[in-house]
Amino acid sequence: MIGKDLLAKAGGLVLLAVAAIAFPYVFPNPLVTNYGVYAMIFVAVASAWNIFSGYSGYISLGNAVFFGSGAYAAGIACRDWKIQGDAIFALLPLAAAVGGAIAVPFGLIALRVRRHTFIVITIAVFFIFQLMAYNFAFTGGSTGVAAPFITWPAQTYNNPFYFMALATAAGTIAVSWLIRRSRFGLRLRAIRDDEDRARGLGVKPMRVKLSAFVISGAITGLAGAIWFYYLTQVQPPSGFDPLFDLTVVLMAFLGGFGTISGPVLGALIIEPGQLWLTAHYTNGYLAQILLGALFLVVVLFLPRGIIPTGGELITRLRTRGRPAVLPPAAAPRREQGTPAGSGGAR
Amino acid sequence: MTALLRTAAVRKAYGGVQALAGASIEVEEGTIAGLIGPNGSGKTTLFNVITGYERADSGQVFLRDKPITNKGPDKVFAAGIGRTFQLTRIFARLTVLENMLVATQHRKGSQRRRALELLEFVGIEGHAGLLAGSLSYGQRKLLELAYVLVADPAVVLLDEPAGGVNPTLVNHIAARIRELNAAGRTFLIVEHNMEFVMGLCATVSVLESGACVASGPPGIIRTDKRVLDAYLGADLDDADPAADEDAAAGTVTIDVKENDGDDHPGE
Amino acid sequence: MARQIYEAIADGILVGGVYALMAVGLTLIFGVLDIINIAQGVLVILGAYLSYSLSTRAHIDLFVGLLITIPAMFVIGTAVHWLFIRRLRGGERTSMTLLVTYAVALIIEGILYAVYGPNYVELNASYVTSSVHLLGFYLPYIYIYGFILAVVLVVALYLLLYRSRFGRSVRATMQDETSARLVGIDVNRVSALTFGIGVAVTAVGGMVYGATSGGFNPNSGYDLISRLLAIIILGGLGSIGGALAASVFMLTLESLVDIWSPNWAIVVFYAALVLVLVIRPTGFLGRKAVRAQ
Repeated sequence: MIGKDLLAKAGGLVLLAVAAIAFPYVFPNPLVTNYGVYAMIFVAVASAWNIFSGYSGYISLGNAVFFGSGAYAAGIACRDWKIQGDAIFALLPLAAAVGGAIAVPFGLIALRVRRHTFIVITIAVFFIFQLMAYNFAFTGGSTGVAAPFITWPAQTYNNPFYFMALATAAGTIAVSWLIRRSRFGLRLRAIRDDEDRARGLGVKPMRVKLSAFVISGAITGLAGAIWFYYLTQVQPPSGFDPLFDLTVVLMAFLGGFGTISGPVLGALIIEPGQLWLTAHYTNGYLAQILLGALFLVVVLFLPRGIIPTGGELITRLRTRGRPAVLPPAAAPRREQGTPAGSGGAR
Repeated sequence: MTALLRTAAVRKAYGGVQALAGASIEVEEGTIAGLIGPNGSGKTTLFNVITGYERADSGQVFLRDKPITNKGPDKVFAAGIGRTFQLTRIFARLTVLENMLVATQHRKGSQRRRALELLEFVGIEGHAGLLAGSLSYGQRKLLELAYVLVADPAVVLLDEPAGGVNPTLVNHIAARIRELNAAGRTFLIVEHNMEFVMGLCATVSVLESGACVASGPPGIIRTDKRVLDAYLGADLDDADPAADEDAAAGTVTIDVKENDGDDHPGE
Repeated sequence: MARQIYEAIADGILVGGVYALMAVGLTLIFGVLDIINIAQGVLVILGAYLSYSLSTRAHIDLFVGLLITIPAMFVIGTAVHWLFIRRLRGGERTSMTLLVTYAVALIIEGILYAVYGPNYVELNASYVTSSVHLLGFYLPYIYIYGFILAVVLVVALYLLLYRSRFGRSVRATMQDETSARLVGIDVNRVSALTFGIGVAVTAVGGMVYGATSGGFNPNSGYDLISRLLAIIILGGLGSIGGALAASVFMLTLESLVDIWSPNWAIVVFYAALVLVLVIRPTGFLGRKAVRAQ
């Protein structure tokens, strides 16, 4: 039984990987691969969000900080160090480093408070960064920063971006999976369930939370840089977009908060959907209204997301007719003789 | 025998309420010690102070004569004190086995075998792969006991291990404690279930209004006037006309009734 | 320079009074329901737009229009609570409601964009543009009227809370929801009404904001909620006196910083928010520690 399950899962994964890699060749139309690029970027972003927020239970509404910072870092580096052509991609690790570095002071400040206060702090820091982007000279003010042009053929222009984003997404999913299986992940999840109790059992909450936060920040920064190069520009409202974080949270919740595949599924559903809406209805406000509405629907009616709820549904279907609960463990062994002085069995 | 765990004149106040007023207790190594007292006498507060969940206003806590006063819960745990809670605390969204592994996550090597052994010892190994949140109340108590033990603490503090649990399970828990004690582990148990305490503990300390008023073997404690005052003074509902007669006749016994709602007239 | 400073202080106090009204609404909501209503900012803007429509389409005076917008916002508030917030339960309730109100805020903002477009508008009236010459300063009438109205309403709220039976129920629920239920208080009704009241006051705030901000659009809600959050957290979540004091203090501070650098003035709020949350999460006047999450 177990062998078959594992084989099925492995087979499914291989199939998905093949499909993902073959995607731009099966659908070479740049209009279609465009969806692919954005989808993969957000698979990475949503999974990265989950690595911190999903596992620790601390909901962050400030990951746009990392995304925008990664974008700006790449842009400013290209501009000031005069980097051109394909060499700009060598800066991607820099963007990741910037994202991770920002996460350190951010986390040290924000992770000392309770969960809902944490959310408020992430919102505040987000607005601080947006404000800084508008007001500092080196970020270009409201004009922002532009990326150097890349002279790739138009027909296959999207493809390298797609594969970069795909690699990032796949890497993020792998990291997410590894963390979940590790002691580090156990500590994180214990913190989610009962942080004080975990502390009482030797877990060091700040260290654990901060590490996850930094990992999340680094990956999101990297994704931001890829996005920036693809779009060739970043401005304060796009690099630090108030809708960004709620969208990512929605992806995670829709697919399944705290699961590995949940954010992936959520991103694959929502990002193309959002793109399609903004392409066909130039009035971007409709997308915003629908996003909010969808979020409300999910949180109120499908709070655990598609994957866990779906999983339960499948389990229920599969075990129809069988007792749902294992028979209770062997009854506690009856003690030989009664405890001294008890005055008789009760 | 040396005192493994010792508190010295611990004081703790919440606003205007003096929860602990110079509480001094001693737990000898290798014994099962009990801590009893009427509601509000400060038992759980004392536990909280010992294990670092609360700070003492004054006084000291010693483990093997080394002060551990006001160290955080993680340091106290690392020093070798494990503790359970009155309202059982488990990690509901982790599996039963994972709950065990959290307590040993700082140790090198795989702890799975030990964890499973302990689960078997308390009797819930069949649930190892299930989410802890799906356990019944009694099973959660067993899980909490198990994961406190898996870290191999020198002394285990149990806060009402028999609270709200059916008699069969109470005996099961008592038996497990006895087995562990026979293997050398020290316990300090807070309980309201008098039979449980008197039957299990070698020494019993009585807390009243935040201070220890009596300490000694169960047989002596049962008849100690101060203990009688503490319980009868605090809760007139427990007043037993038979005890009053005895007092008048010159002998004083205390039959502290189990709080199970049953009537025990003249027992 | 000194003159600028005095002017800034006067402005700060007057505007602070109006913000106090909105902040009190927000802190009440937190105190009773344990939820942080992120939508409060955009609701103020909604109130401003309602006043705008009444003023430009129906030519109703701004203050008279409040007779319509206050009940309207009250209804909207209770509707939001009944539809979205009532259902949320459980240990993570505060976090979840934060997300929910964020989503509601986005929806309202989107609707405002759809209906009114992205252009900046202003509320106009004779008393908006004219000022009274007092002690050598020019104080726009609207500031004074707005301040007076805000004071009146805060006093009314105070009376409601401390002198009425409903107010007693509210305060009881704030202290301990379970005990309140035990003595027969209909916590759901109290919650719904409190939420409605907390939102209704945004009608007044919206009108004054719309008249004094020098132009607003649907996007203005973010600045507002940032200010309001900083204010109620600084003053202590659930503390009405704290909200009052913090409003006046922070708005005066912003006014002063604005002299030096208008672009960065708002950062005093963010900085205060982060500082307070880290140093003293219950705020400086918070008498109510946050309930276990």
